[in-house]
Amino acid sequence: MKINKLYLVLLLLALVAPFFLYPVFLAKLLCFALFACAFNLMLGYVGLLSFGHAAFLGTGGYVTGWLMMNSGLTPELAILLGTLTAGALGALYGKLSVKREGIYFAMVTLALSQLVFFIYLQAPFTGGEDGMQGVPRGKLFGVIDLSDNISMYYFVLAIFLFGFWLIHRTVHSPFGQVLKAIRENEPRATSLGYNVNDYKWVAFTISAALAGLAGSTKTLVFQLASLTDVHWHMSGEVVLMTLVGGVGTILGPVVGAGVIVTMQNYLSSGELGNYLHIIMGLIFVICVLAFRSGIVGELQKVWKRNFG
Amino acid sequence: MATFLGINLFGLFGQLLVGLINGSFYALLSLGLAIIFGLLKIINFAQGAMYMLGAFSAWLALSYLGINYWAALILVPLAVGFVGVLMERFLIRPIANEDHLYSLLLTFGLALMVQGFFTHVYGSSGQSYAIPEALRGGTKLPFMYLPDYRAWIILASVVVCGLTWWMIEKTKLGAYLRAGTENPQLMQAFGINVPLIVTLTFGFGVGLAGLAGVMAAPIYSVSPDMGSNLLIVVFAIVVIGGMGSIGGAILTGLGMGVIEGLTKYFYPEASNTVIFLVMVIVLLLKPAGLFGKEA
Repeated sequence: MKINKLYLVLLLLALVAPFFLYPVFLAKLLCFALFACAFNLMLGYVGLLSFGHAAFLGTGGYVTGWLMMNSGLTPELAILLGTLTAGALGALYGKLSVKREGIYFAMVTLALSQLVFFIYLQAPFTGGEDGMQGVPRGKLFGVIDLSDNISMYYFVLAIFLFGFWLIHRTVHSPFGQVLKAIRENEPRATSLGYNVNDYKWVAFTISAALAGLAGSTKTLVFQLASLTDVHWHMSGEVVLMTLVGGVGTILGPVVGAGVIVTMQNYLSSGELGNYLHIIMGLIFVICVLAFRSGIVGELQKVWKRNFG
Repeated sequence: MATFLGINLFGLFGQLLVGLINGSFYALLSLGLAIIFGLLKIINFAQGAMYMLGAFSAWLALSYLGINYWAALILVPLAVGFVGVLMERFLIRPIANEDHLYSLLLTFGLALMVQGFFTHVYGSSGQSYAIPEALRGGTKLPFMYLPDYRAWIILASVVVCGLTWWMIEKTKLGAYLRAGTENPQLMQAFGINVPLIVTLTFGFGVGLAGLAGVMAAPIYSVSPDMGSNLLIVVFAIVVIGGMGSIGGAILTGLGMGVIEGLTKYFYPEASNTVIFLVMVIVLLLKPAGLFGKEA
């Protein structure tokens, strides 16, 4: 019950937030929060570190962007197709990468996403270094005009809630229990008769599709799809968000995305903008050395110690 | 123009040479990664940053201290290797018992910091480093012109890789190393200082990246992101070769360089992606890698 009350408070905050803060910034935050939640499904619940999730974020973004500019589809359909394309790419990459574990998995996913990066760099439809600019937001269901930032925010919030709910359901389903079993003891899960690689593959595909959903939505918010979203820096950023917030906690990635996106926004406008990468690297190092449970993980520990 | 079966031999040999040069760097970097992985079971994500550090150190040493190429070739790898020793001793060892993914993330963070620092101080545009005078000439071969410096890179990296292979596979020190890979506890019981060996091995692997950086300075532009782009390709190469054997890492590195060079000649559009595509094929046919031991 405690947890449910917490969710309710957070939902209320999210509903009133655009009246106090800039809605585009909040929408950006939600997109990255969804991206980090999708990534955390792999790292936190299957124990596999993907270093290539930018490929799915970027793919969702490019597909949605292209459709909005060239096809005349309504935004929800463009987002759906972007998500499905990212999911299909994830299914393909998942098949290849789940064959290797641990550090190899990280290297395979990183290399595969670099392949995607080079393809988008050279492909004619992505606009190369310039990216796709001026993507129209369109009218939701052909009715609601999304060029209004407040409407856009509530649409993004709805998408985020759907993605978050889906991940919550996945983690707490029997399927999610098997994933956790694989994380804790893979040989035992195998000996119990589970086809471990199939489970990892399905989880990877879901994770990739949701990352694609985040990318598709982000393209609509910023009206821009660019190579930044497919670059390996982006894959690193999502790892950092999850690590800061708390790996394997359901709210951790949301908190982590909030911290990192706010920090980036704040730093890039100020004097310290040049130090951004140094600071992010430093946070990585500090988190790994002294703060491995992340913000939410640490809070849970304190909660358990005092009230548990 | 010399052609054979419709192939422009000048162009072909030119790209093969470029491929061999790239392959030399791939081999040096993946060798360093394989050595570190053998003993510590971690992947050093900062290997690319250390390569960049090597190139920058050579450039800084020449510009500010007047230390020439040949001296840098000895001093810089030692200095970079020492950075590696400090890194292992003070940052990686404290989390050695945690999941290895954490040390991967730690080295990733360090790489971001080093790269961010150099970008901040020297900008992202490249610096140029003059080729040492003794190697400025070249040789005319029947089908191509071979610049001395390029020949030197290939020769030097083959010699360094060969020596490293020999040291690990054939000497007593190498035997300690291999035994430490198999069973560190037993080694310790025999009175061998395993933590020291681990630290020095890490330093050596990182030093190799520093050496590659010095060698690269005169032919590539010395820029902060020179290492990160290279490193991702090297990761693909490591997946292709598998990290089971030292010789395998060297051969795969050189071989992939050549394949990349050939692609540049026959189908230049795919030259950036060919190594990743080879990785996909290897994952489909032989998931453990060409020289990999584990399933």
